[in-house]
Amino acid sequence: MPVNGVSTVTEGVADSKAAVVIDSVTKRFGSVHALRGLTAHIHYGRLTGLVGPDGAGKTTLLRILTGLLVPDSGRVTVAGFDVVDDNDAIHVATGYMPQRFGLYEDLSVMENMRLYAQLRGMDAARNAGLFAELLDFTRLGPFTGRLAGKLSGGMKQKLGLACALMARPAVLLLDEPSVGVDPVSRRDLWRMVQALTDEGMAVVWSTAYLDEAERCDSVLLLNDGQLAYDGPPGELTARLEDRSFRLEEVGERRRAILAEALNLASIGDGVIQGAGVRVTLRADARAEEIQALADRTRARLAAVPPRFEDAFIDLLGGGPGGTSPLAERLPPVELASDIAVSCRNLTKRFGTFTATDNVSFDVRKGEIFGLLGPNGAGKSTTFKMLCGLLKPSHGEAHVVGLDLRRATGAAKAQLGYMAQKFSLYGLLSVRQNLEFSAGVYGLEGATRRVRIEEMIDTFRLAPWLSAAPNSLPLGFKQRLALACAVMHRPPVLFLDEPTSGVDPITRREFWTHINGLARKGVTVLVTTHFMDEAEYCDRVAMLYRARLIALDTPDALKRGAAAPPLADPTMEDAFIHLVESADLTDSNHGERAA
Amino acid sequence: MNSAARTNPSARAPVAAMRRFDAARLRALVLKESLQAIRDPSTLLIAFVLPTVLLFLFAYAVSLDVSKVRIGVVLESPSASAHTLAAAFTGTRYLDVTLAHDRRDVAEEIVSGRLRGFVVIPQDFERRLNGRSGQPLVQVITDGSQPNTANYVANYAQGVVQTWRAGLGADVPSTAVALNPRYWFNAELESRRSLVPGAIAIVMTIIGTMLTALVVAREWERGTMEAVLSTPASVVEILIGKLLPYFALGMLSTLGAAALAVFVFDVPLRGSLAALLLLSAVFMVPALGQGLLISSVTRNQFLAAQIALFSGFLPAFMLSGFLYEIDAMPAPIRAITWLIPARYFVSSLKTVFLAGDVWAAFVPNLLAMGVIGALLFLLAKRATRKNLEA
Repeated sequence: MPVNGVSTVTEGVADSKAAVVIDSVTKRFGSVHALRGLTAHIHYGRLTGLVGPDGAGKTTLLRILTGLLVPDSGRVTVAGFDVVDDNDAIHVATGYMPQRFGLYEDLSVMENMRLYAQLRGMDAARNAGLFAELLDFTRLGPFTGRLAGKLSGGMKQKLGLACALMARPAVLLLDEPSVGVDPVSRRDLWRMVQALTDEGMAVVWSTAYLDEAERCDSVLLLNDGQLAYDGPPGELTARLEDRSFRLEEVGERRRAILAEALNLASIGDGVIQGAGVRVTLRADARAEEIQALADRTRARLAAVPPRFEDAFIDLLGGGPGGTSPLAERLPPVELASDIAVSCRNLTKRFGTFTATDNVSFDVRKGEIFGLLGPNGAGKSTTFKMLCGLLKPSHGEAHVVGLDLRRATGAAKAQLGYMAQKFSLYGLLSVRQNLEFSAGVYGLEGATRRVRIEEMIDTFRLAPWLSAAPNSLPLGFKQRLALACAVMHRPPVLFLDEPTSGVDPITRREFWTHINGLARKGVTVLVTTHFMDEAEYCDRVAMLYRARLIALDTPDALKRGAAAPPLADPTMEDAFIHLVESADLTDSNHGERAA
Repeated sequence: MNSAARTNPSARAPVAAMRRFDAARLRALVLKESLQAIRDPSTLLIAFVLPTVLLFLFAYAVSLDVSKVRIGVVLESPSASAHTLAAAFTGTRYLDVTLAHDRRDVAEEIVSGRLRGFVVIPQDFERRLNGRSGQPLVQVITDGSQPNTANYVANYAQGVVQTWRAGLGADVPSTAVALNPRYWFNAELESRRSLVPGAIAIVMTIIGTMLTALVVAREWERGTMEAVLSTPASVVEILIGKLLPYFALGMLSTLGAAALAVFVFDVPLRGSLAALLLLSAVFMVPALGQGLLISSVTRNQFLAAQIALFSGFLPAFMLSGFLYEIDAMPAPIRAITWLIPARYFVSSLKTVFLAGDVWAAFVPNLLAMGVIGALLFLLAKRATRKNLEA
């Protein structure tokens, strides 16, 4: 997509020389090996995805490429300059957008842009024209006077990109630019980056979202500080050709079928996709077992095109099995009513700002219910009112029939809550955290001892018992947080962004537990920003600008977005479609009112 | 986006952008820092409201002066001369006298702390006065738990008696040497006059060290440092860009505090404004250097504030001669005070306000502050690297 006044000629610079040469680079922080002998090339005129789960070494590598960290051994050249010896030149040749918003929140959009223009040695006379182009490019034109701190997550990233683009760097390095950005702004970012590579710039886009890898021209797949794959994403995905299948329209039985499928020796990975179950065969395995399962359950087995994520899991040796030892131990949940959680006209105002506006829904017993929405849409506020952490300004909420306004304490005893970022007590050891949670939920004596041992056993926490939670790998932190939330066997579970920052294998293990719990009748409410995870939900409530704009099964939501160019829309397409139609309705209302 | 600025990786980086020091970049950084300082209400609070509050506090609430000390005068003798002596005590403005006729009445008052001491004019006062036996005329009892006040009461009581006796006539032998004290520089011996100039040093320490440490640490904490470090701006530019605005803020605050001292608190400025500004400007060097060093080492606002408090504010408060006289400190502590830049500044400030431009005193102080400042800057420069390595 060409940008105003720009021809898309690359003038032969692309591919003539590598933009970045990484030669056996290692980097350690204390006892942690962030990078272990990495060797790779990055080329001009291409969008290179630096892909891998959190903690794989992506940020460390990008910081070395910008000259902000020094490799322990090995050499790196960027645009022909050595990152250590030619450090000053590196800062001129590269544009860098850190993972955390690095601009000044108390300066306006224009002031930030001016600052970065001057820091990059641009003369004032030419700035006016370039600024106009950048503002147009980023669609930030109407907001030049706004303080950067008051921008939405997506606009902040676009401003960061604009500032990193000042003085036209030869190499643009973006550290997780799509985190905290709603799908609409994310699409904008892709469009901009595409235009830049078309001009011959080398762009590195780091991401933990594996679906983003498919959009890159080339991918460096990092896992645990090592290069797991280097090349076009299609080639990696092609290895999975004829190994990806979907069991169609299994509806209510999909969780049971997934569990069974994952326990088959020939199946390496499986996830729920709407009413279907998607599975991948292990390398050299044959489809007989899964075909047998399909026949037995009278499901149609369809071959589907492989995804990058399938290939990544395959590269790592497959995902976990389908049985959750946590759910196995749990007796089936008995509830008086079929409705586990309900809310009517739920509204929360903070001053003049309405965070949740007139939201009503019912969640059935044993349902996995997802809350989806862009940042600031009111997900967390709604969530907190449902589990009694915030008092609604208006409306009511019930958990297992208990009114949260009157019987807050009794209702809270019936629910387990896993907070965002796995809030654990950093100064207590892992065992003390477990004991604390047991105590808080009133477990005593023998029950308490038995349940704690169960948790240690289920989540394989034994080697970590005396460690501080903050020193645990993120995956174990997540397990501990889940253990603390389910120890008292609550009939209702609230999970706020439970898988953010966790690698795909651990995410699968987590969903195995959640699926198992749901099959035992535990009701699960979950917020997530992984669109593919919304597929695990029975129903999804879409929140946008404090209002509930859609509530349906993932398949129905996707069907709603199906239009001629999009035959098989993804959850993300559905999301964008809904948000855009909500905006359209709003503006129509506005025009009519005017 | 601009064909003139087309990506051309084979070209060497532009020369202007490669320069280690570039005035345009520095200007941009200074502008940015100034905008931030103006928009952040806490900066203005620290730079202007806090100094005003501090000055008022030191000018009015903290007083080292002894005046209206409550003492008792026990009049055991009914004679006329005893009455005139008692009247001499009540007549002075430095004492607040409670008259009694029995020492037991006042003894209890001392125990309870209502009186700081008492003077007994004994029954045989008349005889002692006329007897020329050399016997002391009166007995003075003071509250030793407050030694300064006790000394003062004893000396002052003696003084009153002597003055009274001198007033009786020539037949009384005068003491060998008549003291007629003059207090230079602060004729009324008002502590406010020496406290207020000293308070300016405290204010400058807060702005120079504390505020600077906080704002640099804030950049590390918020992640803005990472973004700025990835641009061609050099460490020197980034640091100077931080310091210049706070230097200006410190000088402005000094001017404000000096105006307050002169026009509101009646502290004379006997020296020149130029000397005051020069001294303040040189003092800002070690103050800013210390702030910079702290923030480079900690990269954390909370820690920076704590360290600034303990290594900057408290020494400036207690070891600079601002509140406690350095000559009265034990030798090891006295040795430490030589390392405290505020020590040189406080003494210079007192001189410039209360005595005048005494360059013989200023020059060594300026040199000392300059040397300590240069040392701190050197350390800070070494502690700050242009990367994220801890």
